[in-house]
Amino acid sequence: MSVVVTGACETCPAYHSAALKKLGLNVENFDYVVALAGNPNTGKSTVFNALTGLRQHVGNWPGKTVARAEGGFAYEGKNYKLVDLPGTYSLLSTSTDEEIARDFILFGQPSVTVVVVDATRLERNLNLVLQILEITDRVVVALNLMDEARRHGLKVDERHLSRELGVPVVPMAARRGQGIPELLDAVAQVAAGRFVTRPHRIHQRDARLEQAVETLVAALTQEFPGLPNARWVALRLLDGDASIEQAVRDRTLGDLTRGQSVLPLPVAERIPLEVAS
Amino acid sequence: MTGSDVLKTAAQLRAELGADYHDKLMEAIYTDASTIADRSISHDGASEHLTFDRALDRALTHPVLGFVVMGLMFFGVFWLTITGSNIPSSMLADLLLGTVYDALHNLAAALSAPAWLSGVLIDGVYMATAWVVSVMLPPMAIFFPLFTLLEDFGYLPRVAFNLDRLFAAAGAHGKQSLTMMMGFGCNAAGVVATRIIDSPRERLIAILTNNFSICNGRWPTLILMGTIFIGASAPPVLASAVAAASVVTVAVVGILVALAVSWGLSKTWLKGAPSVYSLELPPYRPPQILKTLYTSVIDRTLIVLWRAVMMAAPAGAVIWLTSNITIGDASIAGHMVNLLNPLGLLLGLNGIILVAYIVAIPANEIIIPTILMLTLTLGGSQMAQAGVMLELEDAQTYTVLTQLGGWTLLTAINLMLFSLLHNPCSTTLLTIWRETRSRRWTLVSALLPLALGFTVTFTTATLARLFGWA
Repeated sequence: MSVVVTGACETCPAYHSAALKKLGLNVENFDYVVALAGNPNTGKSTVFNALTGLRQHVGNWPGKTVARAEGGFAYEGKNYKLVDLPGTYSLLSTSTDEEIARDFILFGQPSVTVVVVDATRLERNLNLVLQILEITDRVVVALNLMDEARRHGLKVDERHLSRELGVPVVPMAARRGQGIPELLDAVAQVAAGRFVTRPHRIHQRDARLEQAVETLVAALTQEFPGLPNARWVALRLLDGDASIEQAVRDRTLGDLTRGQSVLPLPVAERIPLEVAS
Repeated sequence: MTGSDVLKTAAQLRAELGADYHDKLMEAIYTDASTIADRSISHDGASEHLTFDRALDRALTHPVLGFVVMGLMFFGVFWLTITGSNIPSSMLADLLLGTVYDALHNLAAALSAPAWLSGVLIDGVYMATAWVVSVMLPPMAIFFPLFTLLEDFGYLPRVAFNLDRLFAAAGAHGKQSLTMMMGFGCNAAGVVATRIIDSPRERLIAILTNNFSICNGRWPTLILMGTIFIGASAPPVLASAVAAASVVTVAVVGILVALAVSWGLSKTWLKGAPSVYSLELPPYRPPQILKTLYTSVIDRTLIVLWRAVMMAAPAGAVIWLTSNITIGDASIAGHMVNLLNPLGLLLGLNGIILVAYIVAIPANEIIIPTILMLTLTLGGSQMAQAGVMLELEDAQTYTVLTQLGGWTLLTAINLMLFSLLHNPCSTTLLTIWRETRSRRWTLVSALLPLALGFTVTFTTATLARLFGWA
């Protein structure tokens, strides 16, 4: 499932770099919303800066980004809004930074979610990728820090990984600007629906559990027809997630079916970038 | 079926599945992740970098050596900042407070502007702003890049790792050390950074104690006091090293106070056990020096400086007006100083210092200029017209403070301590309110350090007087 290329010209990085227009903070009139998710310290902010031309401060420690940062870029005639989310190891816990990331992927309904993954710590990073694939189909995996992986004597087979996950996987070394054109191309393809993903689902090895999820998904889709991520909502309800229960109770979950993006309060109160950096 | 029916179904199913549901789900995710990772990765032998990283980690996170390296590292950063910023600071002061200041007054005279207008604008607004620029720009332009280089390299998580045990012992979250590191730049940023802490209890502790990390606005005060009072009492060769050491000492006291207050809070108001978390030690990365210089000077330094200037300009006008509007026998500033003088002297400080801390609530950066200006005007010196903030050479500053202000070594030390232990600036308080949405905790965050500051300075002053040191 690697990215299909249509012409020789488009395989040349110079072609893509020329097609990228960094729009900085100008995020009016966008066609697509792209979310940048990933474990802490995998280079999300580096990718964000490379695409938007902004210079959000990049630190080498986990937890540097705790608020959302937004920027824009244009590529092949389409305008994209890019949202840099706080780094998280999982979407199943309750700290504010993880909630910001989770709520945006769940309620903000991004056109594409780019999960930036540390190639040197693939297994731990995949935990998050698998959880995101439960929430949304439209995912591109940016396999970052490939240069470090090589230095550490690791080889990652990105084609195999892409087959397993069912979404495009782009090897990158974002600090050196490597892989940015390829990432743009993959994002554009998934956004436009030219690349149809077939996301990996978590294998529930317990039949009873699978049964329970199915029952709850049925109840949810009856109540909220067209809910895009009923399966994940069901998983969270089974876990007793208070904020998801709240969304069911006050029916903000239902608004998703009308195609609006509903941002609950914690995300809506945005902290200005100056303070967060 | 309604939303609450869905919730009922969920509750029923949850009861049937039993308590180990969450573990089973996590297990399923981990199994899948590990299978996929195994199939996609191949190794081609060990590498040198990994062993280098490990050897370095062994030294930097060593229970004893780790702390020694940490101390040396921060001492080095401050020493470079203090020695490096001396010359550019005085050059900027000569330019902005000498040449440009005179030119502005000549211009005002040529336009025959009324005295009160040129007073407010030039002697108030302009002087305050120019002083902040000349005193803050050089140290920040050195301190920020150095700090950012350490950060880029991957050193900060190691510091957090070293301090983790101490924070756990204090009943706080280990990640609090990371938010404290942010606080050393700016407390408002440090308070926002506490979002990385999961438990509300521990997050609140981290918010309430972030103020004990000395921020940018307070470094200049500490550096000046350390240089003219403490460094100057050492032999000239050692002066800047002793000055740097005194600044580091105050910073370390700040960390200890943060630990002690965290411990106190976790035993009283915010009871509970520290939660478990994992701290990732990222790989060491060669810092990108030019890029770091660019981003830390342009983005960080200028943003912080801009904030300081925005605060200093109106404060300058306020200082000028309060020193020039007379009620009865003295100016407003004079009345305030007289009122606060008994309390100030009791604390080993004086009324002027306390007034300066009230004026400087929006920005700690303007503490020293306010103190100097008030000391000169109220001391009846011809050197300063009422309300004009002055930039003096270090030696002159020393003379003014000791002879006109009656300062002693105790005053300087207590000012350094009070600079560490007092209410956070208004921006930080606003951020605390935004993050906690609680007036009560915001109030606590303002009064707790202030109470500590009064207690500590009162104690040192009393002890010093008892032993006849002051």
